[in-house]
Amino acid sequence: MKFGVIVFPGSNCDHDCYDVIKKVVKQPVSYLWHTTTKLDTFDCIILPGGFSYGDYLRCGAIARFAKVMDALKKFAEDKNKLVIGICNGFQILCEAGLLPGALQRNKNMHFICKHVNLKVENNHTSFSKKYKKGQVLRIPIAHGEGNYTCDKKTLAELKKNKQIVFTYYKNNPNGSMANIAGICNKQRNVLGMMPHPERASEAILGSEDGLLLFKSIESALNIRH
Amino acid sequence: MKVKIYVTHKKGILDPQGKTVETALLSLGYKNISGVKIEKYIELEIDGKSKEEAEKQVKKMCDELLSNPIIEQYRFEVEQ
Repeated sequence: MKFGVIVFPGSNCDHDCYDVIKKVVKQPVSYLWHTTTKLDTFDCIILPGGFSYGDYLRCGAIARFAKVMDALKKFAEDKNKLVIGICNGFQILCEAGLLPGALQRNKNMHFICKHVNLKVENNHTSFSKKYKKGQVLRIPIAHGEGNYTCDKKTLAELKKNKQIVFTYYKNNPNGSMANIAGICNKQRNVLGMMPHPERASEAILGSEDGLLLFKSIESALNIRH
Repeated sequence: MKVKIYVTHKKGILDPQGKTVETALLSLGYKNISGVKIEKYIELEIDGKSKEEAEKQVKKMCDELLSNPIIEQYRFEVEQ
């Protein structure tokens, strides 16, 4: 099994993701520059957090046209391959149309950087299978544009197909619809989430609640190999 | 030709910047204001045979990159 972490100009959580996969999950992982066009040797691609292309125009709007994105779209068509976008990665996946909806400015206009409580809404995905349904996780967020928005029809579909994987528990920090913190696609092999599981995967960082997400991916990929 | 493009929030989509500026204006004593909205203004030069052709191209740019149809709408003017 092999993980790849895409690096855009302005990504800044790429090293954190790489470190967790390599040293904590202990699986092979490579950095992938945004001009990469070959992804076929990989099983899971991570789009890390940061400020790709300076967040100019809209978050993720420019990154969406990076060369690697065409390859990523093909990669994601295979339901046995997994894609996870964290924070800016989530914004890029929405801009690229790999996930529905958009992330707009936080309701209170602030950039919020703190630990929040998340609730696991769906543990029947490759990204959340190691959690219990309803489990509450402590994972940090760090974003100014995390306010998930979509039209009513899309929201109804997300609910009906159980695509809402994580919600903010009790306190919604950014005003997102239906308290959404993370969603997956219909095929359930692409996940986007605003909170940073890679910043909560080692006890020394104050929480290990994010580690089970990467362990879920490892377990899902192990079954397939 | 000069193109002026205005990208705004769709109706019903929260404009937190507009709201914050509105609150600030009200607190400065401008009690008779309401409906503050913050738009994006994009200006560019375009070479083209005709205004119609330029308009077609600008519309494509807006749909493809300059606006996000989920939360935004746009309007533009092409000046000859």
